[in-house]
Amino acid sequence: MYSRRDMLKVFGAGIVGSQIANPEIATAFNSLPVDESGKFVLPALDYSYDALEPNIDKQTMELHHSKHHQGYVNGLNKALDNLMETREKDDMSLVKHWSRELAFHGSGHFLHSIFWKNMSPKGGGEPVGEVAKAINKDFGSFEKFKNHFYSAAKSVEGVGWGILGYHPAADKLMILQAEKHHNLTVHGVVPLLVVDVWEHAYYLRYQNKRGDYIKAFFNVINWNDVEERLKAVR
Amino acid sequence: MSKYTLPELGYSYDALEPHIDKETMELHHSKHHASYVAGLNSALEKLEAARASGDFSAVKHLSREVAFHGSGHALHNIFWKNMGPNGGGEPSSELADAIKNEFGSFDAFKGQFMAAAGAVEGSGWAILGLHKGDDGIDKLMIVQAEKHQNLTVQGITPLLVIDVWEHAYYLRYQNKRPDYVKAFFNVINWNDVAERYSKARA
Repeated sequence: MYSRRDMLKVFGAGIVGSQIANPEIATAFNSLPVDESGKFVLPALDYSYDALEPNIDKQTMELHHSKHHQGYVNGLNKALDNLMETREKDDMSLVKHWSRELAFHGSGHFLHSIFWKNMSPKGGGEPVGEVAKAINKDFGSFEKFKNHFYSAAKSVEGVGWGILGYHPAADKLMILQAEKHHNLTVHGVVPLLVVDVWEHAYYLRYQNKRGDYIKAFFNVINWNDVEERLKAVR
Repeated sequence: MSKYTLPELGYSYDALEPHIDKETMELHHSKHHASYVAGLNSALEKLEAARASGDFSAVKHLSREVAFHGSGHALHNIFWKNMGPNGGGEPSSELADAIKNEFGSFDAFKGQFMAAAGAVEGSGWAILGLHKGDDGIDKLMIVQAEKHQNLTVQGITPLLVIDVWEHAYYLRYQNKRPDYVKAFFNVINWNDVAERYSKARA
């Protein structure tokens, strides 16, 4: 009989789709929901659009979720449909374009799905448990981690993300930047905690003051979710 | 070494209302553009220091900083002049002819320019530029930029540029970038574009 840990190693973290034998694992991974035809759909938020006020404003949450994230869901479905057509018709002339679309929209959908769960109206404070231990081991202290994460997120050139991830092959936490959604990826790193620093994530409330937004983000981090993600991938 | 400075706009922050709002113009010019000027000066200073010390260990990073901030400064300089409170309408004489020859019609040019601006992935620009090759062929082209420096087509001189970074439109238009791009056509100073066109051909 497979242990849960064995199942995790086989399927990996952040599984796409619902073709999983054990639905318990699907919940733990926060898998990307699909409809009956297998198309990706926008996941529901666990809280209302105004729940993260005053740190993140209601109008931004509504636009961000219902317009921007929806756009990536649509783009991902479209890219996969078109890639299927390239296979069926054996016409590879646009495989470069649709591969780029898959990378952009697929990464956008995946990161936003994590982002919403990384936040909670009851969030904030500091991590405990395995995340706290790992942060101390790999960054020295929570303060040093926070300073690095803040600076990485703030200095993203153009649009992108600040990401705390875990690299199983290195058994190490790492802080990465993403540009757009898919650039500067380190293969093998599983995102645990992500902050969107596209201007649409903060401009209405914070205008050009990205640093203030990132500071406010720390008030809504759901460290339980981060803990679950680290446990699921180790 | 002389420093770059933030240029004056030439019109007030509210002069492009209702197409581009006053708050956006003020933030965009006095904060965002100003940061590119500062970033460019800083990178160039550090390169000067590198030459003085012979320590080029940071040259990859500093070259990237010059590309990003330098392109940002250059494009914003053009952007402010491309717009004006009495803008809009269509170009005339030589530029109009050139647009018709290259794109088929002004409407076809406008269609491609707006589509390119709408399709920029992430932050960037749509640019009408004149491409001059060593082969003597002068060609108008519509190109995208990502960030400020990516997707540059070597040999192109920008004539008309639209900033589609979200800070350029989000306060007034939120996610509706196409509406902002449409509104931009109401403020284009075609005299400025025509001047750039004749300078570029010389």
